[in-house]
Amino acid sequence: MTTSSGAAWIASPTLKKVAQGIKKKFNWGRALVISIPTIWLAIFFLVPFLVVFKISLSTTEIAQPPYSALFAWDAEEAIAVLRLNLGNYLFLFEDTLYIDAYWSSIKIAAISTALTLVIAYPMAYAIARSHPKYRMILLALVILPFWTSFLLRVYAWMGFLKKDGVINGFLLNVGIIDQPLAIMNTDTAVYIGIIYTYLPFMILPLYTALEKLDGTLLEAAADLGATAWKTFFFVTLPLSVPGIVAGCMLVFIPAVGEFVIPALLGGSDTLMIGRVLWDEFFLNRDWPMASAVAIVMLLFLVLPIMLFRNTQGTKGENF
Amino acid sequence: MKKKSTFLMITATLGFAFLYAPIVSLVVYSFNASKLVTVWGGFSTKWYGELLDNDQILDAAFISLKIAVISATLAVVLGTIAGFCLSRFKRFRGRMALSGMVTAPLVMPEVITGLSLLLLFVAMEGLLGWPSGRGTLTVIIAHVTFCMAYVAVIVQSRLSSMDESLEEAAMDLGAKPGSLFFLVTLPLIMPAIVSGWLLSFTLSLDDLVIASFVSGPGNSTLPMVIFSKIRLGVSPEINALATLMIAAIALGVIATVFQMHRLKKNAV
Amino acid sequence: MSPAERGQQVTLEERQPFIEIKNVTKKFGDFVAVDDLSLDIYQSELFCLLGGSGSGKSTLLRMLAGFENPTHGQIVIDGVDMTDIPPWKRSINMMFQSYALFPHLTVESNIAFGLKREGVAAREIKARVQDMIDLVQLNKFAKRKPAQLSGGQRQRVALARALIKRPKVLLLDEPLGALDKKLREETQFELINIQESLGVTFVVVTHDQEEAMTLASRMAVMHEGEIQQLGLPHEVYEFPTNRFVAEFIGSVNMFEGHVVEDEPDYVMIASKEAGSHLYVSHGISCSPNQNVSVAIRPEKILMSHNKPEHDYNCCPGVVEDIAYMGNMSVFKIRLDSGKTVRITRFNRERSEDEYFTWHDKVFLTWGPTSCVVLTS
Repeated sequence: MTTSSGAAWIASPTLKKVAQGIKKKFNWGRALVISIPTIWLAIFFLVPFLVVFKISLSTTEIAQPPYSALFAWDAEEAIAVLRLNLGNYLFLFEDTLYIDAYWSSIKIAAISTALTLVIAYPMAYAIARSHPKYRMILLALVILPFWTSFLLRVYAWMGFLKKDGVINGFLLNVGIIDQPLAIMNTDTAVYIGIIYTYLPFMILPLYTALEKLDGTLLEAAADLGATAWKTFFFVTLPLSVPGIVAGCMLVFIPAVGEFVIPALLGGSDTLMIGRVLWDEFFLNRDWPMASAVAIVMLLFLVLPIMLFRNTQGTKGENF
Repeated sequence: MKKKSTFLMITATLGFAFLYAPIVSLVVYSFNASKLVTVWGGFSTKWYGELLDNDQILDAAFISLKIAVISATLAVVLGTIAGFCLSRFKRFRGRMALSGMVTAPLVMPEVITGLSLLLLFVAMEGLLGWPSGRGTLTVIIAHVTFCMAYVAVIVQSRLSSMDESLEEAAMDLGAKPGSLFFLVTLPLIMPAIVSGWLLSFTLSLDDLVIASFVSGPGNSTLPMVIFSKIRLGVSPEINALATLMIAAIALGVIATVFQMHRLKKNAV
Repeated sequence: MSPAERGQQVTLEERQPFIEIKNVTKKFGDFVAVDDLSLDIYQSELFCLLGGSGSGKSTLLRMLAGFENPTHGQIVIDGVDMTDIPPWKRSINMMFQSYALFPHLTVESNIAFGLKREGVAAREIKARVQDMIDLVQLNKFAKRKPAQLSGGQRQRVALARALIKRPKVLLLDEPLGALDKKLREETQFELINIQESLGVTFVVVTHDQEEAMTLASRMAVMHEGEIQQLGLPHEVYEFPTNRFVAEFIGSVNMFEGHVVEDEPDYVMIASKEAGSHLYVSHGISCSPNQNVSVAIRPEKILMSHNKPEHDYNCCPGVVEDIAYMGNMSVFKIRLDSGKTVRITRFNRERSEDEYFTWHDKVFLTWGPTSCVVLTS
């Protein structure tokens, strides 16, 4: 049910028709339905960013809540004083910690995304080429870990990776190494954690892309004299690019703001911006500084990602 | 080609081993009498006993389940409405805004969502006196907000793949928009709504970061309790808890698969 | 009784139109789907809208159903202006191209859906649903879901569901499009029978000219949002009024030429392409020397090894290609002008008296009433 275009009722001369046009244009029931989720999201998703921005401009105080008010009212002079503290932002760029953490997050997320892709691709390919009878079962096996607690799966890796953990115990017993490997509390452990956690998110879109790939296409390529590897590089790989892009987005986006994995598996020198924000808030109780970090993250991380996603024209394929 | 398929077999097997080894080890060591991961001290169920004696964990589990059920239900209602608006109302004022607000939470880092909601709650309490303090209510609001985005996306994609003439046919046969939604649209998007609910339930039950920001003292959710325990190192009680959760999820998944299978046979 | 006869039985002008489409325009943004279209449809007609994709035929149908509102203009059905009446209040029902059967409901519940919305008493619903199921012969399948039916059965459920509310008008969007060829022929006649026995006005939209020809008591050919020609099926086929209609319906050979003799009872047209003067035994309204096109259908052309007696309507050429299609053969003849003409011959006998093969020199001819002169 589309209403008539705007020009239609302007062009019509009689007032009656204008009134009809307005009546038709404004559908109260529809407006009510639309307003319910819109208002909810406006209050609990949009407004909070304004609050964060406001607080990022205030100063820390030992108070409840621990930040200064932007407006001060001087009753004697009858003037309102607006105190904006840009110091938080200046400090962000002065102290290399924040810039380092920002780059380090992007680096860690990018490397783990690439590694995830390398591991996921043959798996997705194997599932897509498997017998249709087993395909659904294999796919279910990929998704299943996602339904179990993320925190507990990361915890499982702690038991695996630590100095007296499963991997070291095994390698020492077999005699491959005589000194326990220090994997726990390093960047390597973070990579493993991210790859492990987000592997299903990479496999699913890759599988969708590869499964669509017409078998006759590969036969045609072989018929035209392409070797198996050439077929892969010139037919399969280019045709699975949408899946690769979708999968990489699904891994990179949550990985870059990750807190739990670096907090549990990473070392004290593993810098990730999500962890910096957490520490700023919970350890230093510096709300204005944490807000400033959030605003900068929003501008330099989330916004570019959203713009990129829009240009990719996501068609509901992301989930 | 033969060589390639053995290569695929090996990588796939290794991949699945990689996915499942940690989960299997969690289950195995929950029955280990020894507290050390590397040492097998014999079969024992004592950690399950200790887990059931641990009131802190049980309380947190109860709070988390309560929050997850309420949030998933509310998120499904709001998310379905949002997804419906976006796929069925082609042009309306604020369409861009709604569609942006629906997809943005999907790419928002949890720390930002958590921090911004906490600051909102603090500011609202200062201005309006509501919500007074942080607790279950604020966690539910936060979870509904980010879960409804997932539901909206699932419902929207289901609706856009659905033949629109089904709804037109219902209208044509005399169903008004309201009854049309409940008689035709809702039954047809039910699978999407069910998976949206399950996803929301899982996300809510699993969330550590956002809950850490917006929950108050005495209202720790299960992930918060687990996090504070495992931060200090491996704890066999948590292994026992993990095993119970995995068992519950496995049962749930098997039941859903059966149900889906039955529905598919009957309908579509 | 063929549809054409039914159409001719009543003189339409004597009757009040049942559906009046008055200067209706529908725009989607800048795209004009239906362009200032006016059309009257009469009670108990089986009216076909024939056109290619994007011709505006489906948009027109959707406006009748109420799914789209005209940008300009008015639709009146049975004397009532439909402008502000939503689809659920119109006593018009539609059979969708995809059939749009509710997958979660049984055949019975699908058919009963419309009556339940009206609040008809349960007992009456039951009886009327049973009548409908009998009419479309689906007794064995009443408890099944649409997914468990064949294409033909689904089509019948869709028809029953649309008819049960006893609509004033039934709209059918490509009603036979999803059926295979054999089933389609049977169903065509079934549809006509049902329409005749119920007397409901049918408006059918189709892109398939054969379907339109068999079903319609009257038809309109649409292109780019406008009606190109309106008339009985055989009129549209035999006497196309413009080039588009001639080329859209069936296949046609076109010769460009100009008028050399213009008499009240005949015209003579000189055509370089044809390599002969063309004689048409009816007068046309044109100016002297005007450029015109002459359209002739492939099945109306006779082919011979010997030169005919008259000089006009006589095109020499060479057999370039032959396609044997069982009941008939299609020949492509290259004329001396270089133009290729397509003709069809029925294979009446196994060994024909006159046998044609590749590279034969032949003459094409046809009767003076067989071709149509198109001035536009």
